[in-house]
Amino acid sequence: MGHVSLKSLNKFYGDLEVIPNLDLEIPEGSFTVLVGPSGCGKSTILRLIAGLEEVTKGEILIDGNDVTYLEPSQRKIAMVFQSYALYPHMTVAENIGFGLTLAKLPKNDIRKRVLEAAKILQLEDLLERKPKALSGGQRQRVAIGRAITRNPKVFLFDEPLSNLDASLRGQMRVELTELHSQIKATMIYVTHDQVEAMTMADQIVVLNEGNIEQVGNPMELYEFPQTLFVARFIGSPKMNIFQGKVAAKYQCQTLGVRPEHMEISHDGGILKGSIRHIEKLGADTLIYSQISGYDTVTARIIGKLEMNIGDPINLKFSDNHVHRFNDGIRIDS
Amino acid sequence: MPNNKVLAIRRQNFAGWTMALPACLLVFTFLILPFFMAFGLSLTNQRLVSPNPTEFVGFENFQQMLGIGLLTMEPDVDDTGNIKIDQEGNPVYPRVRNFTRNQDDYPQYFKKREWFRIGLPNDKMLVVLAQDVVFMKALFNTLLFALIVCPIQAGFALGLALLINQPLRGINIFRTVYFAPVVISMVVVSLLWRFIYDGQNGLLNALLQMFSLGLFESVDWLGNTATALPAIMAMSIWQGVGFHMVIWLSGLQTIPISHYEVARIEGATRWQTFRFVTWPSLRNTAILVMVIITMQAFTLYPQVQVMTRGGPLDSTQSLVFQAVVRGYEKQDISGGSAISVLLFLLVLSISLFQRYLTREKD
Repeated sequence: MGHVSLKSLNKFYGDLEVIPNLDLEIPEGSFTVLVGPSGCGKSTILRLIAGLEEVTKGEILIDGNDVTYLEPSQRKIAMVFQSYALYPHMTVAENIGFGLTLAKLPKNDIRKRVLEAAKILQLEDLLERKPKALSGGQRQRVAIGRAITRNPKVFLFDEPLSNLDASLRGQMRVELTELHSQIKATMIYVTHDQVEAMTMADQIVVLNEGNIEQVGNPMELYEFPQTLFVARFIGSPKMNIFQGKVAAKYQCQTLGVRPEHMEISHDGGILKGSIRHIEKLGADTLIYSQISGYDTVTARIIGKLEMNIGDPINLKFSDNHVHRFNDGIRIDS
Repeated sequence: MPNNKVLAIRRQNFAGWTMALPACLLVFTFLILPFFMAFGLSLTNQRLVSPNPTEFVGFENFQQMLGIGLLTMEPDVDDTGNIKIDQEGNPVYPRVRNFTRNQDDYPQYFKKREWFRIGLPNDKMLVVLAQDVVFMKALFNTLLFALIVCPIQAGFALGLALLINQPLRGINIFRTVYFAPVVISMVVVSLLWRFIYDGQNGLLNALLQMFSLGLFESVDWLGNTATALPAIMAMSIWQGVGFHMVIWLSGLQTIPISHYEVARIEGATRWQTFRFVTWPSLRNTAILVMVIITMQAFTLYPQVQVMTRGGPLDSTQSLVFQAVVRGYEKQDISGGSAISVLLFLLVLSISLFQRYLTREKD
C-alpha cells in the first residue's frame, strides 16, 4: 500500500518552468527524502503529490491509480506542514480528530481514534490543551497525529523539523524514524538539510533545479555520488573539490576527496599550505587549510591535534578514495 | 555629575511637555471639556439664548424624556349598558385627553400624550402614554435601526469580503467599486438616494415598474410612514458595507493559507471550511466589526437630516437628530445635552455587553 509513481511530471508557474520533466518511483513503505537547495522544486513536487498544486503535464499514480486530477482529500494522503498548521481555536484532540469530525463520524469513534493516535505520539495528557500552550515539538506531534488519524497510504512531510531547535530536531528525527517502522506507511519527506536526509531516509532523491541528480540509499549517495552536485551536497563537512593540476593527475576535470580521507603528510605530500582555522570537536578535529592554488581544503583528523592557526601543513590522500568527474558526471575507473 | 544628569532629564521633560501642551490643550478644550459639559448641562435648564438665569434642575430633563404611563380604557357604554360601536364596527373608547388634561383624578397621566395602543381581551384597550412622544419614537427608531442594520450590514460585508478575497484577475476593480460609497460623503449619498426614492419619477420606482411590466404602483418611499425608515436602512447598509468589508478582508488575510490546505486535504466542504476554519479565525475581527457598526448605527443622523427630517409623522426620528433639533432649532441646550448623555450611556452599555458576550472563555 502506498506505491507512488511520478511520470513525466511537468510544472509551470506562469512562464516559469519549475519541474521540467520528472520521473520517480517511490516504493511502498519506503521513507523517501527529497533533498536539495532552496528553489530546487522539492516542495513543489510534494504539493503536486498532495494535490495542492495542479500538474501542468504528466501523471501521478498512487498504487496504480491515476490521482493526477483528484482532490487532495481523495488521494489517501496526509500532509504535515512546516508551520504545523494547527487550528489555534481547537484543542489538541479537536485538531487531531479534525478530519473525522468533517467526515461526521460518531463522537465515540472519533474519541477512540484520537486516543490511539495520541498514544503513539505520547500526547494523551495534552488532549484538552490549545496549541498555543504547547512546545514546538509537541505541536509537531499534534500535526503528525492529525495525519495519522487519516490512516493514509502516503504521509507527506514538508520540512517538518525546520522550526525546531537543534537538539529537539535530533530527537524528532529518531521519533519519526520509529514512527515509520511502527506504522509502515510510505513517507515522503522534503528537507534542505542533508543530515536529515542521511539519517532518516532509506531512499534519497537529490534534486537540483527541478531535475533529479541521483536516487539511492544514503550510503550509495555518499560513497558513489553520480554527479558533482550530489558530491558537493551530501556529506558534512563538504567534499574537497580540486581542479587543475591535481585533477589532471587523475585524468579528470574535477576531483573530489572527502575530508575524512585527507591525511597529514610528514614527508612532502602534494598539497602544501597553511592552517586557516581549526575546529576541535573532541572525537576528531577539523582542519581548514589554505592550499596554494586552491580553495580552502578541509581535513578531518581523528583524535586531538597539537597544531595552531598559521602553521604550515602538508596534506595527501590515498588513490582509493577519490571521486572523479568529467563535465559534472562521475567517471568510474 | 548625577545632579547634572537629573537636571538634564528635567529640562528634557519640560521641553517635552511644552511641545505637547498645544495638543493637550486642544484635546481638553474640544473633546474632554464638551463631554463633561454635556453631563453638566443636562442637569440644568440652560437655553441657547435666554434672559433668565440658568438653574440646576436635577434629573428633570431625563424625567421629562423618559416618563411613560400605562392607561387601560374600557369602551364607552350607552344608556342601555351596551358597548358603543362606531361605523366600522369597532368599539368606541373615551378620548385620551380626558385623562391627561387637567384631570385631578389622574395626576400620573398629567401632560402625557399617547404613544401607541394595544388591544386587550374583553374589548379593553391599553394605551401607552409618554411624556415626550417624539423622543420615544426617536429612541425606538434608533434601536430598531441598529437591530436591523448591524447584522445585515455585517453579514453583507463578510459576504463581499469572502468574494473579494480570491486571487482573481481584476479583483481590485471590485474592491474599489464596493468601497466607493464609503468615500462619498453621507450627505451626498443621501441627496442622491432621495432622487432614487422619489415617488414620482424616482429610479427605484422606474426599475420596479419595468421589471414588473408596469404592474407595480409607484410608492413615495420617503413619504410613507411604512417605508421611510426601511428606505433609510437600506441606503445606510449600502453606504457602509464597503467599510466593514475592508475590515473583514484584513481579518481574512491574516488566516494562513496552510490552514485552508489542511482543510482541503482533510476533505472539508466549502461550508465546513467556513465553519471550522474561517469563522473561528475571524473572532476578533467580528467583535471589532460589531462594535463599530453598533456605534455607527446609534449615531444615525445625516440620512435623516437630508432625506426626511424625521418625518413623515415622526416615523424616521432618531436620537441624534432629536438632539440637534432640540439643541439648535428649539434652542433647548439642556434637552439636547440630556439626549446626548442618554445616547452615550446606551452605546456604552451595549458595547460593554458585547464585550461581555465575546470575552475569552478560557
